[in-house]
Amino acid sequence: MRSPRTPKLLSVAAVALLALTACGGGDNSADAGAEGDTGRVIIADGSEPAQPLIPTNTNEVGGGAVLDLLFAGLISYDADGTPQNEMADSIDTEDAQNYTIKLKEGKTFSNGDPVTASSFVDAWNFGAAAKNAQLGNTFFESIEGYEEASAEGSTVETMSGLKVVDDTTFTVTLSQPESDWPLRLGYSAFYPMTAAALADPATYGENPVGNGPYKFAGEGAWQHNQQIELVPNESYDGPQKAQNAGVTFKIYQNDTTAYQDLISDNLDILKTIPTSDVKNFKNDLGEERSIESPYAGNQTIAIPYYLENWSGEAGKLRRQALSMSIDREEITRVIFSNGRTPAQDFTAPVLEGFDEDLPGSENLEFNPDEAKKLWAEAEEISPYNEAEPLTIAYNADKGDHKTWVEAVINGLKNNLGIEATGKPYATFKEARTEATGGALTGAIRSGWQADYPSLYNFLGPIYTEGAGSNDARYDNPEFDELLSTGLAASSVEEGSEIMNQAQEMLLEDLPAIPLWYQVAQGGWSTNVTNVEFGWNGVPLYHAITGK
Amino acid sequence: MAGYVLRRFLQLIPVFLGATLLLYFLVFSLPGDATAAICGEKGCTPAVEASLRAQYNLDEPFWVQYFLYLKGVLTFDLGVNFAGREIATIIAEVFPTTAKLAVMALVFEAVFGIVFGLFAGLRKGKFFDSTVLVVSLVVISVPIFVLGFLMQFVFGVKLAWTNPTVSGDAGFTELLLPAIVLGLVSFAYVLRLTRTSVIENANADYVRTATAKGLSRPRVVSVHILRNSMIPVATFLGADLGALMGGAIVTEGIFNVNGVGNTLYRAVQNGEAPVVVSIVTVLILIFCLANLLVDLLYAWLDPRIRYA
Amino acid sequence: MPENDKALTPVPRGKVSSYPIEHFVADVEETPVLPVDASTADGAPRSIWSEAWRSLRRQPLFIISALLLLMVIIVALFPGLFTSQQPNDNCLLANSDGGPAPGHPLGFTQQGCDVLARVVYGTRSSLMVGLFATLGVVVVGGIVGALAGFFGGWVDAILARVSDIFFALPMILGAIVVVQLPFFRENRNVWTIVLILATFGWPQVARITRGAVLEIRNADFVTAARSLGVSRMAALIKHVLPNAMAPVIVIATISLGTFIVAESTLSFLGIGLPPDVMSWGNDIFSAKSSLRSNPMALFWPALALSLTVLSFIMLGDALRDALDPKSRKR
Repeated sequence: MRSPRTPKLLSVAAVALLALTACGGGDNSADAGAEGDTGRVIIADGSEPAQPLIPTNTNEVGGGAVLDLLFAGLISYDADGTPQNEMADSIDTEDAQNYTIKLKEGKTFSNGDPVTASSFVDAWNFGAAAKNAQLGNTFFESIEGYEEASAEGSTVETMSGLKVVDDTTFTVTLSQPESDWPLRLGYSAFYPMTAAALADPATYGENPVGNGPYKFAGEGAWQHNQQIELVPNESYDGPQKAQNAGVTFKIYQNDTTAYQDLISDNLDILKTIPTSDVKNFKNDLGEERSIESPYAGNQTIAIPYYLENWSGEAGKLRRQALSMSIDREEITRVIFSNGRTPAQDFTAPVLEGFDEDLPGSENLEFNPDEAKKLWAEAEEISPYNEAEPLTIAYNADKGDHKTWVEAVINGLKNNLGIEATGKPYATFKEARTEATGGALTGAIRSGWQADYPSLYNFLGPIYTEGAGSNDARYDNPEFDELLSTGLAASSVEEGSEIMNQAQEMLLEDLPAIPLWYQVAQGGWSTNVTNVEFGWNGVPLYHAITGK
Repeated sequence: MAGYVLRRFLQLIPVFLGATLLLYFLVFSLPGDATAAICGEKGCTPAVEASLRAQYNLDEPFWVQYFLYLKGVLTFDLGVNFAGREIATIIAEVFPTTAKLAVMALVFEAVFGIVFGLFAGLRKGKFFDSTVLVVSLVVISVPIFVLGFLMQFVFGVKLAWTNPTVSGDAGFTELLLPAIVLGLVSFAYVLRLTRTSVIENANADYVRTATAKGLSRPRVVSVHILRNSMIPVATFLGADLGALMGGAIVTEGIFNVNGVGNTLYRAVQNGEAPVVVSIVTVLILIFCLANLLVDLLYAWLDPRIRYA
Repeated sequence: MPENDKALTPVPRGKVSSYPIEHFVADVEETPVLPVDASTADGAPRSIWSEAWRSLRRQPLFIISALLLLMVIIVALFPGLFTSQQPNDNCLLANSDGGPAPGHPLGFTQQGCDVLARVVYGTRSSLMVGLFATLGVVVVGGIVGALAGFFGGWVDAILARVSDIFFALPMILGAIVVVQLPFFRENRNVWTIVLILATFGWPQVARITRGAVLEIRNADFVTAARSLGVSRMAALIKHVLPNAMAPVIVIATISLGTFIVAESTLSFLGIGLPPDVMSWGNDIFSAKSSLRSNPMALFWPALALSLTVLSFIMLGDALRDALDPKSRKR
């Protein structure tokens, strides 16, 4: 599954050339969209944004999908995750720490306001300042001065690392060199905002004004919990130009319902086929209206180190035994109808630098005999406390996790002969609170959806000491050290190699058991064509046309 | 009678206070930190969490939170949810649709339940009686999330008689299928209750008398048997209105109705106490009024029942 | 209290009918004396309950339903007698959604577990949930409803308003709070579910009982009993309650089924029985995710549930018939 694409050098020249190398792997959908009815309004499935539509305050997919159409950042990602310049004319650096960003001339928001260096700098400062309590706050953590601005109770409203040079130029100083930092700039937290937005974010969030391929159809285009109507933004001229007459996100409470609308042609595109229909969807829709497209996301089971059975040398052996008794191939085939791919590392195959053959990846292969042997070895070091049998926790309110958790548990019973049970939490927040508070009594389902296409995004926020999503409480100074070195490398390619060395430690220690990579299983109605899914499992809405 | 009604209205005050207090306490005791719901899968910084807590008074002790809410209610300000939306606006959005749906379900279960129950009772032990017994068994033993899904699949997708989901306008024809699904279980209750009462009353002395004095069969059935069988049915229907409005979570989910049940469910998931308490309080008011109506109906159905 | 006086003296209410009423007395031949008209002057007066039992045990409806129920109870107590398979072990994905095979007459679930074994072993928890939750709501709701209906006034005001509050509480909210109480947190079991269902189910029974008692308390035989010097409490227990049972029995028998199903909805919300406890509710919920590819995995537990509910409904009907002297088989 090694990515066939040529590695990208993120040095001075390469960034400037990004726009030219955009057609890395598959076909470019914007070109393919030339034929087809461009007069059709596409009806897509969506979920109600959890917060007003403010780029720096959105941390979930419902709002994220809408923002990605309303706004254009410095760069955007094409279908393969290859960065392409949007507002940026160039992003230059010599040391991976000091960046000079030049904007294209004459870009405007949909209300006519010009997109200037301040549109970015002010928005980012707004996002980082503690007093605004923006949920996307941590995305600015690499910028110098973030600590001061974001500290609890801080009144500092700007980051010292951001300086406006002129209307179309600004400079960014990071607190340490990070070669993959420009890769993040396509994420929604980094979108520019108008001056009016920052003055009154609450009003703006109801009727956002962006600079992207689409805009709100009018005041009140967002009918809460029902739909969000977007129409093409004529002032946008870039790689994501709309090939249709608009996108209407119809808001669904669950995918099963959306699927019924899809197969009855009441919905044009569904980005996630519900688990209950993965067996039928190719039959219902036919090959020509369905897609399975790997994207940058994975599913793991995190096992906290504060559990006695799973710590120390014996714990490490048990983790390996556990991992080897899970038949990933069978579960992905039977439960998901091949809608997932067995994991071979801690990241995802669509990323640059992914390596399927890392030393230690044999720990993720199904090997029940070896598993029993390792378990017995662990027993000799310290006996397994039967009074604390393994539980695998999941939240029952969002996503369908019960089925695969049960399949994993049955596998453990049959192949390793240990007792295990699923532990559903009624609400997501309860599970999260226990995980972040270090109060779990067993393993917990975990996983990651990429914010931006980089190996680091799958490692840093989850396995470094003190990181927000480090549910396992993995603490390995050597690993943390390697990640910092990898970030500071002069190119993404070199950085990826060091990241993969760090991954070898994870594969040995297994703070979490990687299970499988996500595959977007989607479908569309008889009314539309030119559907392609992006690197993050989201359809390229702008390219969809009528038939 | 007027005095009785007035007293019932006055009783709403302690009901309101008791219910809001109990509810607020329940939401307050929900496990997990409310900020975890806002921060999502990837978490927030402690600084952001602290601001969120301050913004929604989450750091205050229970009594302070409750009185802040109560103060808001008395000044006609229900506050905002975690997405910053006015709770009053949310209530105005979801209640009309849900009310339409619940009333349609109520009419469905009342009409079909009473008619089928009446004939089943009159033909006790016959083929028709056994058939409706089987129908009600199916309705009882197959959960609504299965029955609703099947009906949606058959009528919405395969036969395409109606849209599988309900649009924002929630028109009468669109709500027909969801209303039937919503009323199915209660339909079984109404049917069995009517049937039993009819059997009981069919042998009553006044029915024999009515028949003996030469009244036509339809008149005996409609006036003497049915009217006297209606007390348990009316009680059930009155109590059911509240349940249909607040408890339609599964049905609303299947048909994508933007209604009270799911708004409530999401608020419970997020731990948004003001939203939960406000919505349920409205439900309690509706519920108490429905029960009052039923109590007044008793006196009409059975003249021996009087209120002083 | 003029209104009270009015209630006690029979005053014609509303329009007086102008319909000409013929009065006649039928021949003895036309309305022969029936066994039901017989009275045993010498024997001690039998209570309504022993009357009922005498009539009950002769009813075929009762015998059939009792046998069916006995069967369900035996399955619940000794599941091992009915299947050689273990319900939770040997669930192999290789058998996922498989049809009937030797030794597995009903096929397999999506997880590759034996359907028959799961249905058989699920009987106990499901029956317990249904039975005890019903018992709970009938006892609590019955007492509250009977007191409220019979005594009226402030007793009614308080009890009825408390039940209004409980009725309107969303069950999910209560359930989520109850399961996280320290006591239930780590040992969630059948009794937790029973407690949740009973706590939020009793107001319905209370309303129905109250309505029925309101209707019966003014009946002639109650007035007669009271004027013979029977105390209020005794009149309620001996005369009002047995005659107000019919709608309560109906609600109870149907609720029994809906409680078993509700357990699956609780599982759906992540607050039901733990996933390793076998129950029809858990099975029905799990089978939903493969409904279109393997409907039989849902059919069998639903059928078992239907038969159990059927036996209780028939039992309820028989009991109601037995309690009602007028509808006894002649």
